[in-house]
Amino acid sequence: MSVGILGTKLGMTQIFDEAGRAVPVTVVQAGPCPITQIKTKQTDGYTAIQVGFGSVKEKALTLPELGHLKKSETSPVRHLQEFRLEDVSEFELGHAITADRFSEGQLVDVSGTSMGRGFAGYQKRHNFKRGPMGHGSKNHRLPGSTGAGTTPGRVYPGKRMAGQMGNAQVTVRKLTVVKVDAERNLLLIKGAVPGKSGGLLTIHPATIVGKA
Amino acid sequence: MSAQDIIRSIEAEYYKKETPEIYVGDTVRVGVIIQEGNKERTQPYEGTVIAKRNGGISATITVRRIFQGIGVERVFLVHSPRIESIKVIRRGRVRRAKLYYLRDRVGKATRVKQRFDRKL
Repeated sequence: MSVGILGTKLGMTQIFDEAGRAVPVTVVQAGPCPITQIKTKQTDGYTAIQVGFGSVKEKALTLPELGHLKKSETSPVRHLQEFRLEDVSEFELGHAITADRFSEGQLVDVSGTSMGRGFAGYQKRHNFKRGPMGHGSKNHRLPGSTGAGTTPGRVYPGKRMAGQMGNAQVTVRKLTVVKVDAERNLLLIKGAVPGKSGGLLTIHPATIVGKA
Repeated sequence: MSAQDIIRSIEAEYYKKETPEIYVGDTVRVGVIIQEGNKERTQPYEGTVIAKRNGGISATITVRRIFQGIGVERVFLVHSPRIESIKVIRRGRVRRAKLYYLRDRVGKATRVKQRFDRKL
């Protein structure tokens, strides 16, 4: 996996490309992400870099957290995330990862926490059909059959049922970067990304299956 | 700078410098840029504005006209670069925000009364 960047979703809008087509875009405040730790084979058993994002007051962090950040001389950050890499020699402690790592037209994967819908029923969560609302029917939003009877005598695991919907990590793959504003650390990504505005996102170059 | 301000500043560079004030009921002439091979030309499209949707950069107008006896409705993104110009020809006096009732009418009944208190 290659190195990504942390960002905040700011919202969506629409811009026009050279051909005059309207392109829906999500505006992401991406980085700067200071490198807070470099993990190497000798010290940690694997290679990775850890980056921080989002400024907080010093009193919001614990002493161990502040001590950890002091090693890289970064100001207090809200989020820390690791990116596992094959080679960490190009990175240096305290240097920041910025939006200009990305280029226009590049494909990216965007991960975030999806909007929570709470405990949702069959129709909302799994798009089940609803029962008749009238003609004496009392079956309105029930699931129907959950499987056979005495044999097997149980409901198979994985049966789609009501439960928590959303508020889970979701990755949207292969979105196009439409525009990079390095000055203001903004990324314009075509299409929608998980979560509400203000949510934390991880953006990294797209993983193409079958390609290294 | 708040998130909303940043988004507005991104949109700002895509707005058209000047667009006429368009109301529902107006008769407009829209210059649509058409690409033929690698030649560009402007095709005028004239009709009545029967609806306005959205605001800001995504604002659209729906323009209806009768072409060869068949009703044609086209939706234009007001700020799209493919729209060369929009010109208001006639101001109309209507009492609805959406003139969908015009779809059920033919001939003389599709006329919209002209109003003179708004500037062209």
